Amino acid sequence: MATIRTTPFHERLAPLNRTGLWSHWSGHLVSRKYQMSDKVEYFAIRDAAALIDTSPLHKYRITGADAERYLAGVLARDVRTCGDGEAQYTIWCDDRGHVVEDGVVMRFHANDFMLTAAEPNLAYLTALATGYDVQIVDVSDDYGALAVQGPRSRRILASLAPEIDQLGYFEHVPAKFAGTAVTVSRTGYTGDLGYEIWVEAGDATAVFDAVVEASAGHSVRPVGQNAMLMSRIEAGLLLLDVDFRSSRFAYTDDERSTPAELGMTWMLRDLPTSDRPFIGRRAIERELADGTSRWRTVGLVVDWREWDRVHAGEGLIPPKDATPIVAEMMLYTDDGEWIGYTTSFMYSPIMQRHLAIGRVRPHLASSGTAVQLEVTVAHRYHTVSANVTRLPLYNPPRKTA
Amino acid sequence: MTEDRTYEAIVIGGGHNGLVNGAYLARAGMRTLILERRHMVGGAAITEELVPGFHFTTFSYALSLLRPEIIHELELPKHGFMPIQMSDTFAPTEDGDYLWLGSDRELNAKEIARHSAHDADALHQFELDTARVCQALKPLLDRIPPNIVGTDPDDLGQLAELAAHLRGLPPKVLHDCVRLITGSAADFLDDYFESDIVKGLLSSSSIIGSKVGPRSQGSGLVLLYHKLGETDGTFGSWAFHKGGNGGFTQVLARAAQAYGAEIMLDAAVDKVITSGDRATGVALADGTELYAPVVVSALDPRRTFMELVDPRQLPTDLVDNIRRFRFQGTSGKVNFALDALPEHPALPGVGDQFRGFTNIGPSMDYIERAYDDAKYGWYSQRPYIDACIQSTIDPDMAPPGKHVMSCFVQYAPYALRESDWDAERVRFGDTVQATIESFFPGFGDLVLHREVVTPLDIERVVGLSEGNIFAGEFLAPQMYLFRPAPGWNQYRTPIAGYYQCGSGTHPGGCVMGAPGRLAAQQILGDRDPDRSGS
Repeated sequence: MATIRTTPFHERLAPLNRTGLWSHWSGHLVSRKYQMSDKVEYFAIRDAAALIDTSPLHKYRITGADAERYLAGVLARDVRTCGDGEAQYTIWCDDRGHVVEDGVVMRFHANDFMLTAAEPNLAYLTALATGYDVQIVDVSDDYGALAVQGPRSRRILASLAPEIDQLGYFEHVPAKFAGTAVTVSRTGYTGDLGYEIWVEAGDATAVFDAVVEASAGHSVRPVGQNAMLMSRIEAGLLLLDVDFRSSRFAYTDDERSTPAELGMTWMLRDLPTSDRPFIGRRAIERELADGTSRWRTVGLVVDWREWDRVHAGEGLIPPKDATPIVAEMMLYTDDGEWIGYTTSFMYSPIMQRHLAIGRVRPHLASSGTAVQLEVTVAHRYHTVSANVTRLPLYNPPRKTA
Repeated sequence: MTEDRTYEAIVIGGGHNGLVNGAYLARAGMRTLILERRHMVGGAAITEELVPGFHFTTFSYALSLLRPEIIHELELPKHGFMPIQMSDTFAPTEDGDYLWLGSDRELNAKEIARHSAHDADALHQFELDTARVCQALKPLLDRIPPNIVGTDPDDLGQLAELAAHLRGLPPKVLHDCVRLITGSAADFLDDYFESDIVKGLLSSSSIIGSKVGPRSQGSGLVLLYHKLGETDGTFGSWAFHKGGNGGFTQVLARAAQAYGAEIMLDAAVDKVITSGDRATGVALADGTELYAPVVVSALDPRRTFMELVDPRQLPTDLVDNIRRFRFQGTSGKVNFALDALPEHPALPGVGDQFRGFTNIGPSMDYIERAYDDAKYGWYSQRPYIDACIQSTIDPDMAPPGKHVMSCFVQYAPYALRESDWDAERVRFGDTVQATIESFFPGFGDLVLHREVVTPLDIERVVGLSEGNIFAGEFLAPQMYLFRPAPGWNQYRTPIAGYYQCGSGTHPGGCVMGAPGRLAAQQILGDRDPDRSGS
């Protein structure tokens, strides 16, 4: 059996992990937290800057004369509008308009792209390449990815490469850090100002050292999975196998979601004006025209008085623990009708509220709608009010400024 | 002309309680003016850039007791509210060792066991027992207290409710509550712990801002009061607000203004204007008169009753109670700009222990001896110091690689025997610095700038009588039913339309905001009895 692998940054990050706690991410060791407090790392993301090893992401290099045409037909969002030096968050769907997966596509040149994904997709992508002049190469192991996320990230990285100062949201640029070639993208999974550094695996430690040196005095910390997963809920960023499942590996349609149900129709604004063929297009159009979406993905903000009341009523001190709860919690109307469920739940230290990402029936999706959230307190079911709100739940102007 | 000088409510004092009060009144639709004597709001909760790039929390320096209701009701997160967790507590011992507690209970137990295996689970028990007392008292913090000398049915009803609440508590919780409120912290802590460093650390919160030692009766109440604070639902847990407590009061000011409150700076109030038995406005020091049917004093009880109005306008027994109300400030601050992070000799190159409070008070004896000096009118020669290198928590407090360190110091009694604070300022600063140096050798070499704040400075700059940081000491006869005086603990005064909302009212100080909030409830309830206070 294969043994667990390490990332290109592991040699540097392992000694910094003083907890001995590691997760497995796509077969790699990644730290859950580097010291005992998740909140310390969370606040590094929100008030300083965090170094997060995201190397285990799957990465596919897609080149060839038909690369653009190929991706325009595979990805739901029109990749032709992604210029050189730009990136797009995107999804890909099946013929029935269900979401397979999501990822970020970066365009380097006319027919040179890189697509990231949470799960392996080479067979899926290759099978669709028949008839196209396109080469799809799994480069997952060739590159390390280091996310630098937080309000200080721009200042730190711009001190290594001044061009980063002007890098726009979802743009990327080739740069040199201490003489080493990297690609820096203004992307991330925290909903804050932040960047990801893509570096050839062999150069990863040199780049890490350069970033650490540039970070000196800025209260930058290595940050583990726990804090990143806290910030991504606030940011309303969905997580595969938590907030949705891949239609490719689902047994039932109940497990599947459509772009509209995941709140991603903003990616499809070109539908009325372009005839671009892409997988799932007809089904998505039918769904939108007929209004057959089963769900809307929304944010939920829990009524703090009721949260306190149900716990105090059981003689307990109301917990305000920021650790995300990934189990589903049910949503009801005031009359007790089941109208949805949460997929991610947490207490937000910066919003001072319990928050959730969840799904409700479309007619209940408008902001301000009150729903009842079922919680288990002292072995009993209780309900507390929650207000439907738009995602993201936390969206600081610096993210895109 | 008088039109633009007429408001529905005027709040005197732009400290945190004045801002909270003004925000609630404006939120309820009242045309509200908040008057601040200085060039900035915040009162004792301010942050000042005394050296370029170095931001000092001159006075108040952390957040814990702020009522969660205020955060939500005034929608503070919308205005930048950001309580950053203070994750670690570091307590150096006199022999070069330390106790370093973090956020993992099991690891903390192992760390305590280095000093005393007995005290490891004792701390867990202590935390639970005190949390249960806090749980029992919390409802009292968030309600207008009953009037014990009142005679109308509402007063009697509220007293009966209080009695029923206390009667409903488990006997141990009720007894612990009384032991803490009336007894000494030492008696309570000795019951749980054996190690000096653990007792030194825990007893430090029994003396903050108060002229008591850990062995004085009444120190238990101060300990309990500080335990009542919470951050994200954990009692006794502290946070550092982004930008310091000045950052916090700026958030409050933005919230108040968003609700329509007007804030006037450099506007010192001379007197409350009355007509008959009713307040009608205020006269500023420059002679300007401003009018409102509701005037709220966020100042301390001495100023509220003895200076802003003529004591002869008040019943003699109230004046007598305010005259004997004890202030006797006993705390100072020494704030440093540092060239680099200090080092502890046992932890070379390590800095994470500073992500919270550093407690220089290695034993109860140490703190009690520090108090001995104060008993006889002098500042401690080996003071208790609550230090916090705030730039490790919020990097925006200092330039990259540099740091600011806030040191709260006890004891520094307001009234010095045969000297005065202007004469002792430098020696006081030297004494504090030498004490830090003894625990962190080489500290002095890091000092770029030093700011010494004496109790006299607190009185002069902030306006708190005798420099008492709580606007009146936390003594049982000055709390709850009696804060600031029996019969006048419900934010009203004998002058109709004149209210009090400062920390000298229930529940008290510590950047809690509850006085400002509860006073607003009372004002709004009096204005429109149908919507009532609760």
